[in-house]
Formats: sequence, C-alpha cells, structure tokens
Amino acid sequence: MAWGVAAVVPLVFLGVFFVLPVATLIARGFVADGALDLSGFAEVFGRRRTWRIIGTTLAQAVVGTTVTVLLGVPGAYLLHRTEFRGRRALVALVAVPFVLPTVVVGVAFRTVLADGGALAFLGWDGTFAGVVAALVFFNYTVVVRTVGGFWAQLDPRAEQAARALGASPWRAFVQVTLPALAPAIASAASIVALFCATAFGVVLVLGGPGYGTVETEIWVQTTQYLDLRAAAVLSVVQLVVVVGVLVAAGRTRVRRERALPMGPAETVSRRRLALRGPGRRSGDAVAATVTGVVVLVLLVLPLGSLVVRSLHTPDGWGLANYLALGGAGSSGGLGGSVAAAAVTSLRVALDATVIAVVVGGLVALVVSRRPRSRTLRRAVGVLDGVFMLPLGVSAVTVGFGFLVALDAPLGLDLDLRGSPVLLPIAQAVVATPLVVRTVLPVLRAVDSRLHDAAAVLGASPGRVLTLVDWPIAARSAGLALGLAFAVSLGEFGATAFLARPDRPTLPVVIVRLIGRPGAENLGMAIAASVLLALLTAVVMAAAERLRPIGAGEL
Amino acid sequence: MTAGPGARGDQTAAPRPLPGGGLSVRGAVVHYRDDDGSVATAVDGLSLDVSRGEVVALLGPSGSGKSTLLRAVAGLEPLSAGEVSWDGQDLAAVPVHRRGFGLMFQDGQLFAHRDVGANVAFGLEMAHVPRPERSTTVAGLLELVGLAGFAGRAVATLSGGERQRVALARSLAPRPRLLLLDEPLSALDRALRERLAGQVRSALVATGTTALFVTHDHDEAFAVADRIAVMDGGRLLQVDPPARLWHRPATRQVAEFLGYEAFTAAGAVPALDAAVHAGPGTVLAVGPGSLVLADLPGRGHDDDVLRGLVRSVGFRRGVVELVVDVEGIGEVTVVEPSRAPVGIDLPVVGDVVRLAAQPGAIAVIGWPG
Repeated sequence: MAWGVAAVVPLVFLGVFFVLPVATLIARGFVADGALDLSGFAEVFGRRRTWRIIGTTLAQAVVGTTVTVLLGVPGAYLLHRTEFRGRRALVALVAVPFVLPTVVVGVAFRTVLADGGALAFLGWDGTFAGVVAALVFFNYTVVVRTVGGFWAQLDPRAEQAARALGASPWRAFVQVTLPALAPAIASAASIVALFCATAFGVVLVLGGPGYGTVETEIWVQTTQYLDLRAAAVLSVVQLVVVVGVLVAAGRTRVRRERALPMGPAETVSRRRLALRGPGRRSGDAVAATVTGVVVLVLLVLPLGSLVVRSLHTPDGWGLANYLALGGAGSSGGLGGSVAAAAVTSLRVALDATVIAVVVGGLVALVVSRRPRSRTLRRAVGVLDGVFMLPLGVSAVTVGFGFLVALDAPLGLDLDLRGSPVLLPIAQAVVATPLVVRTVLPVLRAVDSRLHDAAAVLGASPGRVLTLVDWPIAARSAGLALGLAFAVSLGEFGATAFLARPDRPTLPVVIVRLIGRPGAENLGMAIAASVLLALLTAVVMAAAERLRPIGAGEL
Repeated sequence: MTAGPGARGDQTAAPRPLPGGGLSVRGAVVHYRDDDGSVATAVDGLSLDVSRGEVVALLGPSGSGKSTLLRAVAGLEPLSAGEVSWDGQDLAAVPVHRRGFGLMFQDGQLFAHRDVGANVAFGLEMAHVPRPERSTTVAGLLELVGLAGFAGRAVATLSGGERQRVALARSLAPRPRLLLLDEPLSALDRALRERLAGQVRSALVATGTTALFVTHDHDEAFAVADRIAVMDGGRLLQVDPPARLWHRPATRQVAEFLGYEAFTAAGAVPALDAAVHAGPGTVLAVGPGSLVLADLPGRGHDDDVLRGLVRSVGFRRGVVELVVDVEGIGEVTVVEPSRAPVGIDLPVVGDVVRLAAQPGAIAVIGWPG
C-alpha cells in the first residue's frame, strides 16, 4: 500500500510533466487538424538543411564519443589504478568539467579558440572541431569515472595469471583486461554519445553561424522561424535516436550489474606509478603523457583562460567586468542585472532540487526493492527504465514540450506557461534521473538479509527503512542534493524556452550577452560565466564531501 | 541433556498439542522461485516440533532445504501449504517483526553504521525497553559471549569470530521465544568453529533459549543440540537425540549421511553378530572406529576376528587411518592412534590384517521401538 503511493507520486509527476509534453509534441508532428498527417515529415525531410543537420549531429556524437573514450581510458587507468603524489587533487580537477554548466564550457572554449585566444591559430572557432573539443572536455570525466570505478574493482590476478603464462604487458592488457572492461567502456560510451548528440548550450555558444544539430535546430525553428511543426518533427527524430542509445545503455548496465555483484568490495591496492628506473612500465608512461596533455590543454587551458579573460577589460586589467554585473549591460534589454539573474537562478534551482530529490528519492526507493512476484519485479524494472528517459530526452524537447502542452493541460482552462512554478519543475524533470542514479546503487547494495535481520529483531517495515536504509543512503542523498542543485543551476536547454523574459536565469543572461557585439558585453559574459562556475563549484565541493566511497554511477 | 517431546521424530504422526508448548511445524511446503521463473520445492511436506527450552539441530547437506525451512519459520518465506504455529497458535497472519523469533545469519549481517553495543541493543529498542535496562542487558550479553567491554567498538574492527558472537548477543537480546540460527559458524575456520560451538551451546542453555540450529557440520550438530533432525530433499529423515541418532540410525540413508561405510544384514557375519546382539531383520552399519586391529594385546578372540586387505594408509591429526577391504563386509576405515617411534608395527598397503569388532561402535538400523 505504502509502496503503491511511493510509486504513484513520481509516476504522476513524470506523466504530467514529461510524458504529456513529449507526447503532445510528437502528436504535433503526426497530426494536423485532427487527422493523421505525415506531410510534416515529408516536408522537413525534403529539406537539404535537415539532412545536413542530422549528419552533423551523428558525426558529432560518433567523433566526440570516440575521442573521449580514447583519451579517457588512459586517464581511468592513471587515476584509478596507480598511486602518485597529487592523484587525489587530479581526480578532483578532472571531476570539474562534468558539473560545469554547458554555457560556461562554451564560453571558456571561445576564450581559447576565438581571436586573441591561446589556440586561435588553429582556426577552430565556430567549427566542428571546436565543438567536439568542448564536448570531449565535458564528457572526459564520465569515461574516467565510469571506467575507472569499474577498473578499480577489477581483480588484477587475471592479468597477473596471463603475465605468468607468458603474455607481454601489452598483450595481457589487450586480451584480458580490455575485454573485462568492455561493459564499462560500452556503458560510458553510450552515455557520452547521448550527451554529445543532445548537447545544446555548448553548440549554441560555440558553433558558428550555419552550424546546427538537431537540438539547436529545434530551438531555431521554434524561436526564429516559428515553425512548430518542423520543430516537433525534429523532436521525434531526436527521441528515436535517444531511445535507441538508451536501450543499448540499459543492456550494458544490466550486464555490468550482473557481472559485478557488489559485495564486500575487496580493495585492490593501487600500484605506484612507475615512469623511471628498473621497474618502469611503458604503459604507465603512455597513460601519464596522454592524461597530462588532456589535463593541461583541454581542462586547465580553457578554465584558466576564462578566469584570465574575465579580468581583461578594454581599459586594461581589473575587476570592471565583475563590477558591471550589477548593471544591465551596455545596450540594456537583458531583463535586469546579471546579479539579479544570479539570485533568480539560485531560487529556481533550490525549488527544482527539492522536487527532484523527493521524486528521485521515491523512485530509487521503490526500484531498489526486490518484490517476490515476477509481475511486480518486472513493473519495478519498467519504472527504473522510464525514469531514465528524461536523462536522454533532450532538455530542449522537454522545454519545448512544456510550451506546447501546458497552455491548456488535459483540456483544463489553465495556462501554465506563464506560471513561475514551471521552470523549477522542468529543471527537476532534467535532474531527477541523476538523483535516481546516485541513490539507487547505494540502496541496491544493501544486503536484503540486513532487512531480514532488522525485521526478526522486531522492526516494522517502516522502521527498517528509517533505521537500516536511511543511515546507509543518507550520504548519497546529500550528494544527490548537490548534483540536482548544480544541474538546475546550469540548466539551459529547457530554461531557454521557459524562463520569463523579465526574469532570466544566469545561463540565459550569459547567452544573451555573448550574442551581442562589443568587448564590454563579452567581458560581462565571461565574468558571469566565472560567477556561475564558482556557484556550481561551491555546491559540488560541498556535495562531493558527502560522496560515499565508490557510490554513484555518474 | 533434556529429552525431546517424542521418542522418535515420526513426521507422519497426527498433530498433537505439545505438553510444553513451543514450535510446531505441520506439513510445511515451501516453493522456491528462481530468477528464470522455474519453481523448485525446497521444503516438501515437513513436520517438526521444538518444545520450550529445547535446542534442535537441523542437519543436512547443502541444498537440502534446511535454510529455507528456517526462513519460513521466521516468516521470511511464505508457506505454500501446511502450518507453522507457536503454543498452538497459527502464525500465518503474523508478520516477521511480530513473531518474537530471532534469526542469526551465517555472516552475521551486523549493521555497519551502528557500533557493537547499538547492534546488540537494536531489538531492545524495537521492543521499547527503557534505556538503563537496555545498557544493562547489552553489557550482560556481551559478557556472556566473551566480549565484555566491546560495546563502543565499530563493527568493522571485529574479527569474523567476534562478529558472530556479537550477532549471537544481538539475537539473544530481545529474549526471542525461539532463536533460529542459520549456519552461524560455517564461515569461520575449523578451530574457531569447534570452540564457538561450545560457547553457543552454553549461551543458549544459560538463557534458556529455545533454538532451531541449521548446520551441515555433524560435529557442530552433535555439540550443540538436544535433538538432531536429519533433513534431505526437503524432508525429514529422522529426529532423535544425538546418541540415539548415532547408534540407531532409522535408515541406511541416514547411516550413510552420518558416515557409516558398510552394511550387512544381522546374522550374515558371525564376528559382528558376536559383538552386537541385534534382532533378525535389522541391518548392521560399520564405520570408522567400528573395527580395530586385533593383533594387539587384549583385543578379540581368535574365533571372532575378521580378515581384511589393507588398501591405503593415511595419517591425520594423531591417528592413522587404514582403508581395509574386509571379508564379507566391504571397505571400512579403521582408525588407530599413531604411536611413536614412528611407523613401528603399523600395517602397510597390501598387508592382510586381522580385525576385531568394537561392540559399542557398530550401529543397528531398524532397531525396534
């Protein structure tokens, strides 16, 4: 009974604020004037522009994923299998990009690639290569964490056995370790592919004129051409791609959970990094070199450049860019000062976090149960999968769906579009899957016999929850709280559609600023990006302290 | 050692109220559903009584359904048929946490986020025992299991044996009407297991706890239990006090499970009949220790010795084990204490040895009554 309620609340939430908008959107693509009409598809697919955009999207996903995996696997080895001074600091540094708002990443890469930037000579500003570089920056952490976390638990004795049987270090790696890592690599790659295909903020800020992916095209068709039909058709295309990748990701995840039952985690000791001397390993040198270059060029350079450029004003070095954040920009029309936008962002993110943690916590709780009946077990599995959908379904689709669906939801005479509650709800929809994925593995790892032990000692089901599950899950709940807050703070895809013009959030203001001419606006955009990055970093640093060892999939 | 309620564990007997009250399992059937959807019968129409204050061991090979039966008694597995009752009251509608039964797991299942004292106190908190009384009970129980002063220790700092002793104290704390122990010592090494088996027995007796103890280890069952229930394939084969079980196994299957090696009908081998005066129709079971070397002073007479060919000789913990192919009986293990100087007078493989029967060490299957 109580479990029923715990399952129904999130389902209703997801139904009204995710399925309804997305379904309405899909219907837009298929139905015109109350009848099935596929002419919208024919028309959109008849455009050469559409095919170019789909091509760019796929190329971006494939190239971005390949490069990220190639660079990330050496990093996973270096940071999770070897020990050296400064390793922990490096792990923390590598974790930064993933939680940085996409808009900030875009602005940071512009400061490096655009005229006057350290890598301007490459001519990558506004090009495919520039966008891919930023996507690799953004997703590098995902590969390092997912593969590294798995690698750290991998029993090294299989590789040692291969070595004892006469395999060279390289052959032992390729024939024993790599196949064992395959599920983790596949799982990481599918997540990265998803993020690359649905990237919005990065592409919008970094892609030059004429550069477009399905995601940005939905935005362009809606806001510039006002062609909702074309946008709806493109959303359907995006949905098909995403569901495909998600199904593949789900398969590899199931295999991984089956392959690695979380038991008393045997701590595999890390080997000291051996770059010199008689015990040197060439693999270590390769990993250290690759990771060093990635960290310096891809991570430190853009972030450092962002900070340095924020202090660079038309009148020399100083804090003028930051001081300007209190004002309304040189040409006005920002919808208030940047400082006011920051306050709006914090408020909205707070509301979104509360919603996401309540809904995501309930889902994780229900999904972590192993009911006896097969039907119920299957239902739990479906619930798990359904709540992963928003992770992949692009935020732009969610935001656009809200606009389309919620003017008169379910035939009610209500227009929710202007409501201030809409924005936090949309951000919560985006953040909920992260909450689920953070809390769920921790709850799942609780031995069901621990529940039995408490029950036979006289604890009712409710007390088992509060006295056994809660103390174990509490720390991951803290991390989930931080993640949800950081995600909401930097959310741009859905927010771009839903933020009210007079009350923009910080990412919205940054994009507005960067779209304007003038060194002063650019300076303000960069300073605002630093501010947003700082806010996010503070939140994540607090949450990171709460991360239980080895918990969380992302 | 207290006597059981019935002389024999006759599982077909009609339900009858127990004189002392206690646990009664009648015709229990438990189906186990695997992940692939296949259904297996783990417990197959089993009946068993445990009277108050009694310690009964469920002994059987792994996969015999004994742990499943235990979980069903605790209320963690549903019964497909049959009944579990306490003092005559059916427990079908009573959820796990209201049964007042304790359960101790093979791997302890201590709460890692609570210290030793808080683990032991958990059941007392559930029963709303006031704090001062709680800490007295906890201290007393920790002392009982030999861990006085451990209350403030973190669970992670304990050794395997200490964890199991904490788990035992935790299970005993709420004074369960019945304590179910699921292979509580199996995860420990042999020496520790033997020592703790005695400790468990004395803790159960000291607290007057009624207990059902699941194990696949014979020595453990014989050391801990008032009665032993031998289980296989989801059914009970025999329920008896240890000595009776050992000397009067109900069937050849039970005798084989206990370690008896060779079986002959009474009257078939004169040397055995001279030692054991079993009635006609019974079967004699011969195992390690039943036969000894006769060519040592004071053992057997010429007319009732057996002859056998030594097949192998092995050495183990102070004894020499000879596997001897005995005429008219079959292969039997003969155990002799090893004596210094090394190797003197002991037969080697291929020797023909003369053996004498030890009257008390030959079991009789099908003994009437």
